[in-house]
Amino acid sequence: MMRKITATTLTVLALASGGAWAAGGEGHVEDVDFSFEGPFGVYDQIQLQRGLKVYTEVCSSCHGLKYVPIRTLSDEGGPALPEEQVRAYAQNFEVWDEELRDYRTATPNDHFPESANEQAPDLSLMAKARAGFHGPMGLGLNQLFKGMGGPEYIYSLLTGYTGEEKEVAGTVFYENTAFPGGWIAMAPPLYGEDVEFDDGHPNTLENEAEDVAAFLMWAAEPKMNARKRAGFVGVTFLIVLTVLLYLTNKQIWAPVKRAAARKSA
Amino acid sequence: MSGIPHDHYEPKTRFEKWLHQRLPIVALMYDTLMIPTPKNLNWMWVWGIVLTFCLALQIVTGIVLAMHYTPHVDLAFASVEHIMRDVNYGHMLRYFHANGASLFFVAVYLHIFRGLYYGSYKSPREVTWIIGILIYLAMMATAFMGYVLPWGQMSFWGATVITGLFGAIPFVGDAIQTWLLGGPAVDNPTLNRFFSLHYLLPFIIAALVIVHIWAFHTTGNNNPTGVEVRRTSKEEAAKDTVPFWPYFVIKDFFALSFVLVVFFAIVAFMPNYLGHPDNYVEANPLATPAHIVPEWYFLPFYAILRAFTADVWVVQLANFITGGIIDAKFFGVLAMFGSILVMALAPWLDTSMVRSGRYRPMFKWWFWLLALDFLVLMWCGSQPPEGLVPALSLIGTSYWFFYFLILLPVLGVIEKPLPQPATIEEDFIAHYGHADGGATSAKPAE
Repeated sequence: MMRKITATTLTVLALASGGAWAAGGEGHVEDVDFSFEGPFGVYDQIQLQRGLKVYTEVCSSCHGLKYVPIRTLSDEGGPALPEEQVRAYAQNFEVWDEELRDYRTATPNDHFPESANEQAPDLSLMAKARAGFHGPMGLGLNQLFKGMGGPEYIYSLLTGYTGEEKEVAGTVFYENTAFPGGWIAMAPPLYGEDVEFDDGHPNTLENEAEDVAAFLMWAAEPKMNARKRAGFVGVTFLIVLTVLLYLTNKQIWAPVKRAAARKSA
Repeated sequence: MSGIPHDHYEPKTRFEKWLHQRLPIVALMYDTLMIPTPKNLNWMWVWGIVLTFCLALQIVTGIVLAMHYTPHVDLAFASVEHIMRDVNYGHMLRYFHANGASLFFVAVYLHIFRGLYYGSYKSPREVTWIIGILIYLAMMATAFMGYVLPWGQMSFWGATVITGLFGAIPFVGDAIQTWLLGGPAVDNPTLNRFFSLHYLLPFIIAALVIVHIWAFHTTGNNNPTGVEVRRTSKEEAAKDTVPFWPYFVIKDFFALSFVLVVFFAIVAFMPNYLGHPDNYVEANPLATPAHIVPEWYFLPFYAILRAFTADVWVVQLANFITGGIIDAKFFGVLAMFGSILVMALAPWLDTSMVRSGRYRPMFKWWFWLLALDFLVLMWCGSQPPEGLVPALSLIGTSYWFFYFLILLPVLGVIEKPLPQPATIEEDFIAHYGHADGGATSAKPAE
């Protein structure tokens, strides 16, 4: 019975995520072992700081993060920068002030600016919006068992350029093995050695892509560490409660079942 | 209440007597809680409590979420992000609410299929069954409108596709669709009315749930044997039943707690697994997603909707007979609503004198095929309509209608049922007589 229930649950989960997967196209997505995968995985603070640097120096010239408040860079479970560093960091950006009717220097209470380039999508939620690309058979099992999701897609996209280009109706497209359809309008943003990491971490293309993918996952899901902690507490508590209720139930029913046993004898 | 005979509440103190004469509310609560319940209910009878919990969870989390949500096309998506980032435990509230809908539907499907297997829909429980179907329909409407509120890509395009179904109705379809949307397309008026109705419908569901419980408390629960509780006297009834409190309250709470372990783990460790990634992209009326897919719990019916394309002969026949009034799209809509209608009519379509599938050797196989069919249709609904999928959807849909319209009436006539136990007590004793009953009887009560 238990096995049947487990099998059914897995089937339902798999079928369900099939729906999620089906809306995408197919591209080759590499599996990366991120620190935040699995029930106990958490963000690597230093990696997020490196990813922030890649975002700031490369991505932010076109893309925005309009749903992310700059102040959250100092949050626990995120890059956790010191507050004065965040204040200084905020001054990198200009934001539109509705009251001044003008642009002004950003403060930590402002959000990151919107995309500077209208063609470039906002990246606040990209790591979650690209979570469902992985099969097999539209069952989403790679997502379930290997933890493959949006960050893997971002990593694969950034490292998936083949170097081929083509021009269609005045727009240049670049061949990319991860992008659905194979041709993307974004020029390769990273080549390796694009930024100098403060911690001396090697700045190969793969490392930069991995770090910025991790940073974007944090940007999309900043409360993940807190959520998993709550989950651990909640699940532990519920397991204890379940055991107690099991024993109570057994105790309560024992006389009824004993009476039945006596009658059959 | 003309239910199973049992002890009723007797007011004892002066205050109790005073209150009882004016409002017999304690008596109502007592009779509800102490209702005689068949001893032999198995683990498939626990989904009712899970469903009640889901309704409460959705209402409580929903009320708090509504405090922070803004139903406006320019602000809705950002307000959901505000909930996720700035509201204390807002991310947990939202994930509980979103995954709560999934748990709600897992439980309701198990509850419905339990009813189908054990013949719970049969006389005298037809009204319970019909109310149940109404609850299910209201749940679908609520879930659908709730999914529109975050104003992501799938919210917008899902709303466009589903309200478009009403547009397929001949002659009046366009007018109905415009009336539902509050304009020519999905826009701010649509979002506002969906928010209003999404808040209203759960309370209508709650009222229907009370009627559902009232109805089966009048007829008594069905049970795995399908044999009725003896009602000739209180003593005889007591041999077949135990009071709901504490026996089934504790059993149900144990089951609920077990289910919640899994539920909590999904909410905390994989909260987006059942959702659609595209809904993290803000709605854009100018960019149609490559493939519009509804939430998983609608997929079987979505597959039925899509199964009838213009090249299917029944569609061509219907089109020819009605002089073009019924086209493929309208036929699909009729099939989708029809698939739920035939389920609602099961009490009158099933001709068997035997209630429980346990004693129906042929029915049993066809039932499990129906359950499999449901999962196959679910998978079909999730896939792009290419390759094997359209044919498989059509076969699955045909079986769904074949089961209710042909099999249920015919099986009752041709099937030779197995012998049933004379009483519930007999079944209970047969089950607990030898196995672990002997071991526990050796131990003292404490």
